[in-house]
Amino acid sequence: MPKTRGWEAVLYNSQSVRLEMKPPPFKYLAPDSLEQALELMAQYGEEAKLLAGGQSLIPAMNFRVVQPAVLVDLNRIKALEYVENSEDGSLAIGAMTRQRALEFNPIVAESTPLLHECMPHVAHPQIRNRGTLGGSLAHADPAAELPVVAVACGSRMKAKGPQGERWIEADRFFKGMFATVLQPGEILMEVVFPPLPPGTGWSFMEASRRRGDYAMMGVAATLRLSSSGTCEQARLVYLNAGDGPVEAPQAAAALKGQTPGPEAFEAAAATAAEQEIDPLGNVHASVAYQRQLAKVLTRRALARAFERAQITGN
Amino acid sequence: MDIFSLSLSINGNRYERQVDSRLLLSDFLRHDLGLTGTHVGCEHGVCGACTVLFDGQPVRSCLMLAVQANGHALSTVEGLASSRQQLHPLQQAFWEAHGLQCGFCTPGFLMTLVPFLADHPDPSEMAIREAISGNLCRCTGYQNIVEAVRLAADRLRAG
Repeated sequence: MPKTRGWEAVLYNSQSVRLEMKPPPFKYLAPDSLEQALELMAQYGEEAKLLAGGQSLIPAMNFRVVQPAVLVDLNRIKALEYVENSEDGSLAIGAMTRQRALEFNPIVAESTPLLHECMPHVAHPQIRNRGTLGGSLAHADPAAELPVVAVACGSRMKAKGPQGERWIEADRFFKGMFATVLQPGEILMEVVFPPLPPGTGWSFMEASRRRGDYAMMGVAATLRLSSSGTCEQARLVYLNAGDGPVEAPQAAAALKGQTPGPEAFEAAAATAAEQEIDPLGNVHASVAYQRQLAKVLTRRALARAFERAQITGN
Repeated sequence: MDIFSLSLSINGNRYERQVDSRLLLSDFLRHDLGLTGTHVGCEHGVCGACTVLFDGQPVRSCLMLAVQANGHALSTVEGLASSRQQLHPLQQAFWEAHGLQCGFCTPGFLMTLVPFLADHPDPSEMAIREAISGNLCRCTGYQNIVEAVRLAADRLRAG
């Protein structure tokens, strides 16, 4: 008799057949509090994997690329879901805050407009309903938007583990493809986005084959104007341009002191796209095409950031 | 085996089952409960066919564990029509505007669009296309799906 697939067994053999399952077996733990989660992580260490929104981890487990022995589900810990404005104008966001909640949060739109602007590009609405800020950052996919924006905003992360609590600057948090400096047993708890200094413009742009697909290239740009109207500071961070969020410090530094405009933006775009990013190329876009996209997106993003800097500077 | 007791509401009905922790919500709905209206296409979150409402919000049921639904309220395509004779206005519009051919993707589209129409009673074409960006259809080219959504929106607004 040919081996039947699961659904055929159900159709023809009613309930007696146990179905095959996609992820390999694991021990599932769903703590109610952060304290419990920390205890479990301390207890299981490297064996344990944290489950946030699960929009990357569950497919990886379905494919059996990832096979954790213990899964610690953070979804019942409501204390990790919040958006709080503090007195200095910075925004503290709990790691388990859903992406969809950030997308429509007016405080986010007001105080971290770059984060607000990137949200609709993060996969699809159904994914954003489950996906979390902290989950995306800890997953550290080089093609993801949120790590790039976290770096571009100069945000910092609060993590807690067996060794206690610590703060990590976003540009030191990512450590290569799907890797961060988080230690086994550590939990990412909060991300703090500092306020944009006055006179700072921002822009997030990406190019994907279809809306919501992984982008072939993307950039987050900020540009601050001095009182005389020259560029005081710029920052350019790219997605899918290397093994994590990739900064272009030379292009940004070259903008300093310049009069913002097409010429300066073109030069910065060329430096970043040709010399600083290191795209890997894939079936959807060759390395040359990714560099071309980076050049065009940088030019446009800087122009948009400049427009906005002029408005916010007034 | 890592077995959990599960108690949840689906389309207003209470279900209590024992599940293995690694059972996906999509497989639980289809195989354990026989709610086969929820379709499973890619099983890694790309196609949207398995979309269900989780506490009123559309989510991919293939990217959740069944055990995570404990204590929550779900809606599936089986709960849309008010009776065997009376389709949901969105289902009726899909039928009339030919918003489907093979129908495999349809439950996912419907479950994505029901809450969308509740939030956007008069959506633009662009908003509709954005809303369905996470659902793949290989038959229609989406044109008739967009038209079906417009038709449904008009009727729902008219009451």
